[in-house]
Amino acid sequence: MLEIKDLHATVGDKEILKGINLTIKAGEIHAVMGPNGAGKSTLSYVLAGREGYEVTSGDVLYKGENLLDLSPDERACRGIFLAFQYPVEIPGVASATFLKTAYNAQRKFRGESEVDAMEFLKLVREKTKELDIKDDMLKRAVNVGFSGGEKKRNEVLQMSLLEPDLMLLDETDSGLDIDALKIAADGVNRLRSPERAGLIITHYQRLLDYIVPDFVHVLADGKIVKSGDKSLALELEEKGYAALSAA
Amino acid sequence: MAIARETVEQVNSVSDKYKYGFFSDIESDTAPIGLSEDIVRFISAKKEEPSWLLEWRLKAYRHWLTMIEPEWANVHYPKIDFQDIYYYSAPKQKDKPKSLDEVDPELLEVYKKLGIPLKEQEVLAGVEGAHNVAVDAVFDSVSVATTFRERLEKEGVIFCPISEAVRDHPELVQKFMGSVVPYTDNYYAALNSAVFTDGSFCYIPKGVRCPMELSTYFRINAAQTGQFERTLIIAEEESYVSYLEGCTAPMRDENQLHAAVVELIIMKDAEIKYSTVQNWYPGDENGVGGIYNFVTKRAACRGDNAKVSWTQVETGSAITWKYPSCILQGDNSVGEFYSIAIANNMQQADTGTKMIHLGKNTSSTIISKGISAGKAQNTYRGLVRMGRKAANARNHTVCDSLLIGDKCGAHTVPYIENQSRTATVEHEATTSKVSEEQLFYCQQRGLSEEESMALIVNGFCKEVLQKLPMEFAVEAQKLVGISLEGSVG
Repeated sequence: MLEIKDLHATVGDKEILKGINLTIKAGEIHAVMGPNGAGKSTLSYVLAGREGYEVTSGDVLYKGENLLDLSPDERACRGIFLAFQYPVEIPGVASATFLKTAYNAQRKFRGESEVDAMEFLKLVREKTKELDIKDDMLKRAVNVGFSGGEKKRNEVLQMSLLEPDLMLLDETDSGLDIDALKIAADGVNRLRSPERAGLIITHYQRLLDYIVPDFVHVLADGKIVKSGDKSLALELEEKGYAALSAA
Repeated sequence: MAIARETVEQVNSVSDKYKYGFFSDIESDTAPIGLSEDIVRFISAKKEEPSWLLEWRLKAYRHWLTMIEPEWANVHYPKIDFQDIYYYSAPKQKDKPKSLDEVDPELLEVYKKLGIPLKEQEVLAGVEGAHNVAVDAVFDSVSVATTFRERLEKEGVIFCPISEAVRDHPELVQKFMGSVVPYTDNYYAALNSAVFTDGSFCYIPKGVRCPMELSTYFRINAAQTGQFERTLIIAEEESYVSYLEGCTAPMRDENQLHAAVVELIIMKDAEIKYSTVQNWYPGDENGVGGIYNFVTKRAACRGDNAKVSWTQVETGSAITWKYPSCILQGDNSVGEFYSIAIANNMQQADTGTKMIHLGKNTSSTIISKGISAGKAQNTYRGLVRMGRKAANARNHTVCDSLLIGDKCGAHTVPYIENQSRTATVEHEATTSKVSEEQLFYCQQRGLSEEESMALIVNGFCKEVLQKLPMEFAVEAQKLVGISLEGSVG
């Protein structure tokens, strides 16, 4: 589904990604772990196409297409969803409005008819129920005055509704208590299928108790320095990143 | 809300950037160019006006000659040559049409293009976009059609072109015209008083709640023509009316002058809700062409518990100079001003309000949302004055500015004058930018850059958009997106 080849990227003048190689097949969940400043978030932004994150060399193929040629919204409409580490506030825009606009934008991209307000509400209520989210959140402006946990739940709600093919989660676990963490993990697990894939960026292995990855990679100083299975995450938890960087 | 998407579709479907930029080849009856006493007499004669009105016009004209153009506003433009403007242009018509069937089909076509159904049967049959709204259409300087008059007459509501009101209800016009905005008020009000050619008149008798929205659509069509309309609305005791106005003009290289006067009179326990969606041609990206929108709007709450509410969405015009004001004379009277002013490209807007508190326990609310994009300059200018007798008067002002890009400007100029010891005046102001982060967040969910911008800006304007009558709110949301076209990227 996703093939990253020798990817180099800069932010400003600084090279952050220094040759990433990573292949994710449909049905797989990969976790990327690493110390602060290793380039984890940069990787997610580069994949989502954020302005200011410049690819200097390398390729990224998504479903066989050159991903880097596409605008952020084209990537989103083709099934890439990024759950933000710091979800953004949009004052005055009700969450329900935001969700419906996004949902219909993606339907339209696929040549499907747009759903009306009633139909949409029914759909979204199913999802909020599944994720144990209060409907009241839908009326509030997007992320405005949301607690850290609410913001992350809102991300998971959006993801559940948009049903992406490739889920990118950028430190979704940060700022979550254990109950919220379980709900978020549950949202991801519900989407897991042989057709979908996921890339989970996290600092701690805690989240991986709930979303069990097929592969774990360690990112340090812009490169993947070690790959393994779930046990690698446990090893990191025990020994810390320092031991690994030193090795 | 599919608005953001619809907006973009609408933008894309329009090959010209300004949707209303067509001009129609309608034969018009035009006065010689320039301004003189003869022109004032010519206009008055064309309208077959009584002598008192001609006298009033001439007084206004003579007074205008002694005045100088105001220069205090934060707007810049070359001096206007008032002798290079046509002051009268009417769609040519042999006799006044008795019904819409006799109206020039070309003209009906124009209104169709604007999405305004003039035929009542169409409105009633539910033609797309038709609302249950009585419409007065003013084309260049002359009112061409007013719908639903019979139904309104049953309730005693008078809604007609002001030139007709002069003929049929002279006592009302003579009593109230110029009573809120005297011809000595300011340069453009004086000019308007001298040369106004038409506009809407509405009278709501005591105790009547107007059964439908009243609406006037203004359109400037002819080249080099100024539009000087005058609107007069009187709400007698315990009455209510909601009035909407919409404005468009063709794309032309030269600047055109629009200097209107609107007077509202609200008696005891009455309420007027006045909404504007102003979409005059703003000029091109380089600032060529566009309407100079120099308008005086004022409401007088004459009785106790009177209420007036101005809601405006100002997206068009090269230059906007406009301060819809409230004179709160009656005790407990209420004034509200809700404004969205968008300036993109080279547009300049200097707009705001005046709240003059005279009576006891009067209260006013100002919510202003200014959006600047491109190289535009957007100024909020507002006065809150608490008179000596305005015991316990209250004002609350919220003034928010949103910047898109780094070449535009937002300015806030509040004036507060307080002579009342017990009055409360609150002023809040914020300035923010549409962040790259917000745009990216929306795009990451599948919205295009333009859709994202439209969504974010509509969110910023929400409190004001909610104040518009429903039919207008949808239109206004679309317009917000359209007017910001080209402001991203």
